[in-house]
Amino acid sequence: MKSTTVKRLFSLNKIIYVVLVLGFVTAVAAPFKSSNKIIQPISANKKIIDPIVDKEKAQADKIREKESAEAFKEAYKVLMHPRCMNCHPSGDAPLQGDDSHIHAQNVTRGKDGKGVYAMKCSNCHQKENTPGLNMPPGDPDWHLPPANMKMVFQGKTPAQLAAQFKDPKQTGKTLQQMLKHVEEDHLVINSGWNPGAGRTTPPLSHAEFAAKFREWIEKGAAIPK
Amino acid sequence: MINLKVNGKDYTVDADPSTPILWVLRDALELTGTKFGCGMAQCGACTVHLNGDAIRSCITPVARAAGQEIKTIESLSEDAIGKRLQKAWIEEDVPQCGYCQSGQLMAAAVLLKEKPNPTDNDIDLGMSGNICRCGTYQRVRKAIHRAAAMK
Repeated sequence: MKSTTVKRLFSLNKIIYVVLVLGFVTAVAAPFKSSNKIIQPISANKKIIDPIVDKEKAQADKIREKESAEAFKEAYKVLMHPRCMNCHPSGDAPLQGDDSHIHAQNVTRGKDGKGVYAMKCSNCHQKENTPGLNMPPGDPDWHLPPANMKMVFQGKTPAQLAAQFKDPKQTGKTLQQMLKHVEEDHLVINSGWNPGAGRTTPPLSHAEFAAKFREWIEKGAAIPK
Repeated sequence: MINLKVNGKDYTVDADPSTPILWVLRDALELTGTKFGCGMAQCGACTVHLNGDAIRSCITPVARAAGQEIKTIESLSEDAIGKRLQKAWIEEDVPQCGYCQSGQLMAAAVLLKEKPNPTDNDIDLGMSGNICRCGTYQRVRKAIHRAAAMK
């Protein structure tokens, strides 16, 4: 009898042990279980960290925007130089000389930008510069922007010009295509930096200019203030 | 040696490729109707047609014309527009000294080809590259209108 009681007691102890062990395991496991939740608090924490990241990002963006605008202002010096601007006039006649007077003979743009009737660009402008002081400069595709996409530079502020460049309705080009015109178009390179005897060149080299234009676009094509 | 087609005839010319077409025409081919004016594409006296365009032959290298078609004042009256222009020029008694007139006519021919009924504005746009020291501009204008009306 006694032994059965002991046995029972023992089994009762067993139960207590089991309960204790279970309790312990649960207690130990609980932090692991909630460790899953710990991952969540990290992302939840992000909400707390975010304002700092946002602030840093905003600051970086601001710097980028400023650099972009500064790069445009540098490129603008080239864009408004007579070698570039003279073929981006506000009227329909190209301009000539460092004083940007209207082109002799009152040459006009025409529909395709290549002149009209007996007054086509290539009637005088050869594939290459004609040798001699103030002789017609050359390029295989001498032309103005076409009549439906005049791409006027003359008279524009940096902000106006940058805004125009960003508007495909006014350029007919994406910014990447514009960059290609600036970086690779032989007319840009020839008329700007190999303009023939008696003509000044823009304040930056073509490589420097193209790099500034690229920087402007890659840093967000900011519109300078 | 450069192969040229001038006024419908084939020529082989021994000239440096950079020689202006004008000097090949005048000195090598003895087609002296085309005149030398300024020598820098400013006055239009040397205008000839290269594949139908009114190029300034005083600065256009002959290499550009290799295998292409040149027409000069000597063959202007061979086509209908040229004929009408010649007639109108005589009727309006356009030339005074005449030096610029072959250039004027070659320019006018391109204008009428591309704009059969030109307005005064078209004439201004098309002819302003041809300078006349005698100031025959008003008669040039009248003659172009007259030629246009002849059809």
